[in-house]
Amino acid sequence: MANQAQFRTCPETGLKVDLAAEKLIKVNAVVAVVFLAVGGLFGLLVALTRWPAVHILPDSWFYLALTAHGADVLLFWIIFFEMAMLYFCSAILLNSRLAAPKLAWGAFWLMIAGAVMANVAVLQGNSSVMFTSYVPMQAAPHFYLGLILFAVGILVGLCCFFGTLVIAKDEKTYEGSVPLVTFGAITAAIIAVFTVACGAIILIPTFLWSVGLIPTIDPLIYKIVWWGFGHASQQINVAVHVSIWYAIAAMTFGAKPLSEKVSRTAFLMYILFLQLASAHHLLVEPGVSSEWKIFNTSYAMYLAVVGSMVHGMTIPGAIEAAQRKRGLTNGIWEWLRKAPWSNPAFAGMFMSLVMFGFLGGISGVILGTEQLNIIMHNTVYVPGHFHATVVAGTTLTFMAFTYPVINLIFRKEIIWPKVAQYQPYVFGLGVMGISVFMMGAGTLGVARRHWDITFADATLSFEYPPMAIMLMGLNGLAAILAAAGGLMYVSVVIASIWKGKPREVVAVSEPTPEAEALTSYGSAGTLHLPGTAILVGIFFLSFVLYYFINWKYLATVWPLS
Amino acid sequence: MAIHSPSDRIWWNKPIEKMELIWIGIAFCWGLFMFCAMIWWHIYGEQNLSNETYKTTPELFESRTEAMVEAYTVREEGDTGIPVVHPPAGSDVYLLARRWEFYPILELDMGQSYRIHMSSTDWQHGFSLQPTNINLQIHPGYEMVLTITPDSSGVFNIVCNEFCGIGHHQMLGRIHVVE
Repeated sequence: MANQAQFRTCPETGLKVDLAAEKLIKVNAVVAVVFLAVGGLFGLLVALTRWPAVHILPDSWFYLALTAHGADVLLFWIIFFEMAMLYFCSAILLNSRLAAPKLAWGAFWLMIAGAVMANVAVLQGNSSVMFTSYVPMQAAPHFYLGLILFAVGILVGLCCFFGTLVIAKDEKTYEGSVPLVTFGAITAAIIAVFTVACGAIILIPTFLWSVGLIPTIDPLIYKIVWWGFGHASQQINVAVHVSIWYAIAAMTFGAKPLSEKVSRTAFLMYILFLQLASAHHLLVEPGVSSEWKIFNTSYAMYLAVVGSMVHGMTIPGAIEAAQRKRGLTNGIWEWLRKAPWSNPAFAGMFMSLVMFGFLGGISGVILGTEQLNIIMHNTVYVPGHFHATVVAGTTLTFMAFTYPVINLIFRKEIIWPKVAQYQPYVFGLGVMGISVFMMGAGTLGVARRHWDITFADATLSFEYPPMAIMLMGLNGLAAILAAAGGLMYVSVVIASIWKGKPREVVAVSEPTPEAEALTSYGSAGTLHLPGTAILVGIFFLSFVLYYFINWKYLATVWPLS
Repeated sequence: MAIHSPSDRIWWNKPIEKMELIWIGIAFCWGLFMFCAMIWWHIYGEQNLSNETYKTTPELFESRTEAMVEAYTVREEGDTGIPVVHPPAGSDVYLLARRWEFYPILELDMGQSYRIHMSSTDWQHGFSLQPTNINLQIHPGYEMVLTITPDSSGVFNIVCNEFCGIGHHQMLGRIHVVE
């Protein structure tokens, strides 16, 4: 077996690249981008429909487009890209051959079959059940079957990932511990096993119910287990995109984690506690006790939040330490000011880090506070929050990472460097608008998943405040900007892969090897990281302030007990 | 670098910078505080859910709602034909969610408490009371009981904010609060 694998040596990084793994990374990444394009288009149509003055789609098409948007971007784009990431973090970063490439191809085709089947079911029009498909609302059987096939494909792919780790260890392709980025990917893969298991436990009976073999599915049980899949899958994203933040910091600056111990423990917190977040979706549900809600929604006293806050400090900290070692020591901000802002990988990564923390992280904790959920549940605040985590966090990070992947894995030059350079800014600004405007409208009560917030056809009449209507309009504008950024991304990626100049060998540029030899951990020799300290200080103050503002708001609503 | 194996095989006994330790301490204490805040609000706060839930069936819940409507209907809402019910203060009030209406319309006295029972007879629905902004989930088969005390008067509308099929965006209900 071992001698069948073929390798090339990467002229830029010195890594041994398994050709089978490389090909799998390419196909998974390309398919991911295709689903992003499709799902993104549906997303734009959804946002334009929710803009009351534009209201572009008719009602049935709106609910169809919203279902397709959720499935295509939240599941298919992200998970195909994550499969590519898992193969990259195992085979490539560990200099190893990929375990069972044929099986990995099987996983790929199963995932394709599932994704296409689910899309067909949705486009046929009788499965507009939203991404969450809450029972007793029923979709066509092949909607559930598509998702099940996709999940089985993920599981097979995960087996190849874990197998590769075993092979790499066995064949001693690396020394000591796995790199931190691989450690993060292992975290993601472990959470993924839990996630896929939850998906299978609930979707298989639901499929049997849709074909008439099981009489009923309890809606509350469905929701508890489904969110073990639905929310936990977002935790896979967090683990993966945080790993990529570390990777981009390392590739751009030669940044080392300030402390391997701290960063790895933070990842461990994810494995131990992130799964409890299923409770975030059940905080105003009947039949679930407050004790259960409080323990689970806080990930057992916010230990996973502590993990994220730690990454939020150690990543900019590692960048600041690396920059200061290079001599950018003037004042507090020279390290950040002179960062490579024209490099889309860094620009996207850093914006993603900031927006994920400030917009997604803080709003997520507020939403996940038991009583505060009363003023936000199922309002458009919820999509506002998760567009900050999943789009500004995960999608923007994946986009940023695609540029070095095109160079290193596809061995192509970026065909339009200027487009690539501005792309993260256009997309990032658009997504920031989407998140902020939706959260604003949600605070004013606007319902999510709603075709007509002017209630023109309703028997009774009701109007949201004019400010809410305006915010939904601004959301539409921001969505156009984000879609432009998405289009820039898809076109520059596809064109570079297809018609880009083959990459010429560039000399290996190890950033300041002497400094690396002298220091053994990231912050050694740079005791002061004032920029990072100020950044996390601002973050913490915003967090505390916004937290108390929301309790204040809650205290004004009708007493409930 | 983070994409390479740690340069020292023994990385777990390296010192942790003071700055990292401080930040971990702050984050941990803040987490503990936020955890306790939820418990604190259960004791001292006024907006909490009751945890009182019963299993029910659509038939049972419908019949109880109808009994209340028959006993306490005071008028119809405009020309919509929907009954407006004014139950006595402190009583059990039934609010039924179904595709695509909340039934019936309620008229409550400001400052009085009512035990509201909510359930759905078909799919899941969302109870979103505007503009006071109280949002709850309604499940079929489960009867959620909650004591509410309207502390402001006027017309309040209930928007369904859980997707419930093609007529979802027409689903509204209403609560009048009178002084």
